[in-house]
Amino acid sequence: MTALAARRRHPMATVVLVLLSLTVVGLIYALAAPGKATAAPASSDEVAAGKQVFLANCATCHGLDAEGRRNAPSLIGVGAAAVDFQVSTGRMPLQATGPQAPASHENKLGTDKTRQVTSYVASLGPGPSIPDADQVDPAKGNEAKGADLFRTNCEMCHNFNGKGGALTRGKYAPNLDKATPTEIYEAMLTGPQSMPVFGDSTISPENKRDIIAWVRGVNEEPSPGGFNLGSIGPVSEGLAAWVIGLVALIGCAVWLGAKAS
Amino acid sequence: MSDGTGTDEMSTSDHPTQQVATVEHDGDAAERFENPGLPEHRSRMADVDPKAARRAERQVAALFGLSVVGTIGTMVAYFAVKFEGISGSNAYLQRVQLSNILLGSGLFLALFCIGIGAVHWAKTLMPDEERIELRHPMRSSDEDRAAAVEILQEGAAESGLGRRPLLRNSLITALALVPLPAVALLRDTGPMPGRALETAPWKAGDKLVRDAGGGPIKAADVQIGTVIHVMPDGLQETGAKLEERAKAAVLVIRLNPDDLGDAAKAGAYDGIVAYSKICTHLGCPVALYEQQTHHLLCPCHQSTFDVTKNCEVVFGPAKRPLPQLAITVDDEGYLVAKNGFKEPIGPSYWERG
Repeated sequence: MTALAARRRHPMATVVLVLLSLTVVGLIYALAAPGKATAAPASSDEVAAGKQVFLANCATCHGLDAEGRRNAPSLIGVGAAAVDFQVSTGRMPLQATGPQAPASHENKLGTDKTRQVTSYVASLGPGPSIPDADQVDPAKGNEAKGADLFRTNCEMCHNFNGKGGALTRGKYAPNLDKATPTEIYEAMLTGPQSMPVFGDSTISPENKRDIIAWVRGVNEEPSPGGFNLGSIGPVSEGLAAWVIGLVALIGCAVWLGAKAS
Repeated sequence: MSDGTGTDEMSTSDHPTQQVATVEHDGDAAERFENPGLPEHRSRMADVDPKAARRAERQVAALFGLSVVGTIGTMVAYFAVKFEGISGSNAYLQRVQLSNILLGSGLFLALFCIGIGAVHWAKTLMPDEERIELRHPMRSSDEDRAAAVEILQEGAAESGLGRRPLLRNSLITALALVPLPAVALLRDTGPMPGRALETAPWKAGDKLVRDAGGGPIKAADVQIGTVIHVMPDGLQETGAKLEERAKAAVLVIRLNPDDLGDAAKAGAYDGIVAYSKICTHLGCPVALYEQQTHHLLCPCHQSTFDVTKNCEVVFGPAKRPLPQLAITVDDEGYLVAKNGFKEPIGPSYWERG
């Protein structure tokens, strides 16, 4: 202690102190800052197995080297997140041609093959990786902030409660009820099909987690009125009012005017 | 009143067909159709069968009883469904749902059953008979009409309007001037729009700032396929004046520069374009961007704009393309407006057509 006290006024003391505090701050930041989306580096076996899965299931449309064909985009540089999203929601491998690939929420390749083909496509070029569990944990998001962001960025297509809506020529923004937090994150990151990209510079990873928290929260929220009629707004509400309400009124009027037997 | 009276009233035109034929009817329906008269009176079950009457009585009483049940149920639901000590908003909303359903069904039973009970009573048990009231002419008698005209003329003569032109003219002047204050008062009920319809709060050098998220946008960070909803710097806070925010809404999209047509390229920066988000049809926010077709769809009336062709209308009721906001970057690489909008944003108004 006395040695330390003696060197207190040494010319190098300030430099040492600054270096020390920088190191401490840096370490704290490295520990506390949200991690970048990282996946464990894939082994070459995984990639080789993934290539076989790719050739069997995807190459018909996307080309033998994933270079893309007419109507099927190149997969070089789309990243692991895009492949994981398309395959785990059952959109790919595509079952039939149509305005857009519908989500079946049934992974046709199985988790092992999905992981392998994901590593293969990720090995073709750098792209967004699959988010880790912490990045998509709805419990850690701020629902109120998420609602604000959702209303500005997502609501116009996915409806005010995330129930989806129509686009042009048979395309549509899907209902988010069945989308898992990881899928929501991957969709924002990669912009699948008609959806625009909401990269980390547009919506930060924390804000993405806020949006996920809100989408999950609003999905679990009970309807105070008793029936939410699908939460799709005036279409279903108007239908119920006109069909049920009007038929009931007409029934009453007919009964009022009829003579008793 | 009985069936007899009814048929007596109608008997004049009821049977003698030859008589009808002799009467002059210029193309009247009565020439071809006989007046069928009133249908025969049909007695109800409750009129002829005392058992049926008692049954109807019991039904009405049961409906009124059901109403009592509904009333009691409403009271019980109101006091029994408690909101204290619930943790979690979802559990609270569930309780609200239960309360609403019970109160609604209870009140429905209470009121609706009184109504249908009363109608059922009237239809089955109250006297059932046909009555006829003849229609009488509406015109007053000639004496009454002449008396009314006389009163009016007498009043006009007594007022002296014809004899005293000074009074008449000054009254007309006073009446003509009375509405004038209303014109001034109505004009001042709100601010005049002025040039508010022609201008939008964007000027050269305004930084493009994310709406909702906040913060300026570095051009280099914007990926292809990205859509960002922006406001001019200073209007991004939700507390800013709403009319200004409504006019300032702009959509920033980055496309592959090769996809952009020449017209769109004029105001673009490296494939990044900015367009007013306000539909030129009726002013809805046009924000449904389809990344693959580069179409912008308005959710209200399906007007569709092609971003690659400077937001030309490709479908729907909109008549003008969305105005482009010319953009560039400042010294630090952040997106800024090159100049304000060159034309009024949003839907048509009288002076613009």
